[in-house]
Amino acid sequence: MSATVQAAPPLSSTSPRSSAPRPRLPVRRWLVAGAAYIVAIVFLLPYLEMIVMAGRPNHELGEATIFPKHFTFSNFTTLWSAGGLGGSIGTSLEIAASATVVVLLVALPAAYYTARHRFRGRTAFLLLVLATQMFQPAAMLVGLQREFTDFGLAPTLSLIIINAGFNMAFAVWILNAFFSSIPAELEEAAMVDGLGKVGALLRITLPLAAPGIVTALIFTFISAWNEFLVALTLSLGEQTSQQPLTVAINSYIGQYSVDWGHLFAGGLVATVPVIILFAFIERRVVSGLTAGAVK
Amino acid sequence: MHALRRLSPLPWLGPAIALIGVAVLWPVVVMVQSSFQRIGGEGFVVGYNGTDNYRHLFDEPDFVSVLLRTMAWVVAIVTVTVLISMGLAQLFNQRFPGRRVTRWALIIPWAASVMMTALIFKWALDPNVGVINVILHHLGVVKQLGSDQADWLGKPSSALLWMMAVAVFVSLPFTTYAILSGLQGVPQDVYEAAAIDGATSWKAYLRVTLPLLRPAILVATLINVINVFNSFPIIWEMTRGGPGYQTATSTIYMVDLKQGDVGESASMSAINFLLVIVIVVVYLGTTRWKEQVDR
Repeated sequence: MSATVQAAPPLSSTSPRSSAPRPRLPVRRWLVAGAAYIVAIVFLLPYLEMIVMAGRPNHELGEATIFPKHFTFSNFTTLWSAGGLGGSIGTSLEIAASATVVVLLVALPAAYYTARHRFRGRTAFLLLVLATQMFQPAAMLVGLQREFTDFGLAPTLSLIIINAGFNMAFAVWILNAFFSSIPAELEEAAMVDGLGKVGALLRITLPLAAPGIVTALIFTFISAWNEFLVALTLSLGEQTSQQPLTVAINSYIGQYSVDWGHLFAGGLVATVPVIILFAFIERRVVSGLTAGAVK
Repeated sequence: MHALRRLSPLPWLGPAIALIGVAVLWPVVVMVQSSFQRIGGEGFVVGYNGTDNYRHLFDEPDFVSVLLRTMAWVVAIVTVTVLISMGLAQLFNQRFPGRRVTRWALIIPWAASVMMTALIFKWALDPNVGVINVILHHLGVVKQLGSDQADWLGKPSSALLWMMAVAVFVSLPFTTYAILSGLQGVPQDVYEAAAIDGATSWKAYLRVTLPLLRPAILVATLINVINVFNSFPIIWEMTRGGPGYQTATSTIYMVDLKQGDVGESASMSAINFLLVIVIVVVYLGTTRWKEQVDR
């Protein structure tokens, strides 16, 4: 009896150690790291080339060198005066921010209700939402153009509505998942404590769903900011300052020559902020895009 | 009373349904309608002309080759993307110092606008001064800068290969992340069991990991198929579908037709839409989507 008691502690302390994964060989670990670093550099290089090109002085544009001999900031400083990109940045901000607000206003109640209630037509509604995610504006471009020009809406307003419509699905999925994970009992308890239904929603549910809301917000903003085809179709005849940035940048491409310096300076302005924003939602964005079908 | 209860989801879902209606559903109606109309240069509807637009479209000398090229474009890009992503996901699932930073580098082509990435590569492939050509010249691959050999985007076959490479490049981050999230769902003890059974790591991957990754790969593949099918900015920025229509896919062709004959462009749009529906039906069928929602 006493022998088994004595034997037990060493047994139980060694067995988990032997079944735990053995530490990897350092050599293998560094090989993996090295391969990953090379991949990372390959993904970075094209965008670093934007910096090299934006800093290349105009008189060196025709030289077949990898790096310019001199570096200039003039492409950045003249960006606002040279081609009206300042106005385009404003237009893009207006479209992306407004589309984001519309998406949140529309997706929040829909995601909450479908997460909390089982009702007739729920599946049909979610299927409709999924369909909007599957169809991109490119597939119905002619219809979009004819509908919104018939409405007589300004391109900016049309682009807000269209970007909101095609990005709503992502917000519905991610918010639906967050609301579903918050127990309804939590809201009920808050209501018992005298918060009321609206109070429970505002003080308990929404703060708990905040990561989902931020993800939906950033994702919609980036999609609308980067959108090109519909923007090009609806704002083609407008003044450069009234065009979104993605379209306006193309005005540096002339019939016979391209102003690459300004183009990439503008490109950096368009790209760097969204890369930083995207880093915040990097880990959650896949679940919204795959619509909960991965299980 | 009963009828009123059935309407109770409406305040919550109504705004979302209205937005989908205006931005997604009605454009489809207008598109299909336009495909049966004769539309003048200024966008004025002359009247219905039956199936004339479709007959004109089918009689276009480039129609069949554009459709075939679109299929090749989708199959090649998605296949290569998924295969590379499976390797990248395996790599980035390992533990190594600096993993977070390398993963951030990986997301950059995903966060940046595809239009900007396409312009970087258009510049880098410039026959005279583009950085890829300058490097290839240093390496001795390109004999003479400015030569026909350096004009990658001027020849249909090399232009298509480069544009496919860019399309793969921008599709890799999402696909890798989707497969990574699938990998993280594979329980660790499955590998231990395989190791006990004497499986080598390659065999363990084929027999254990791959079957468990199937849903993630399936969803990533289908989302990629839709994205690549609708892809517009890469070809538009790098070759405009030229020379002639020799590098055009159906989306590029549809946008280009719009300048000449809106009605015929609408019928191309409708055919694209039909093809996307086929893809979506396959998607819904393979993912058993409804079971997920009713969970």
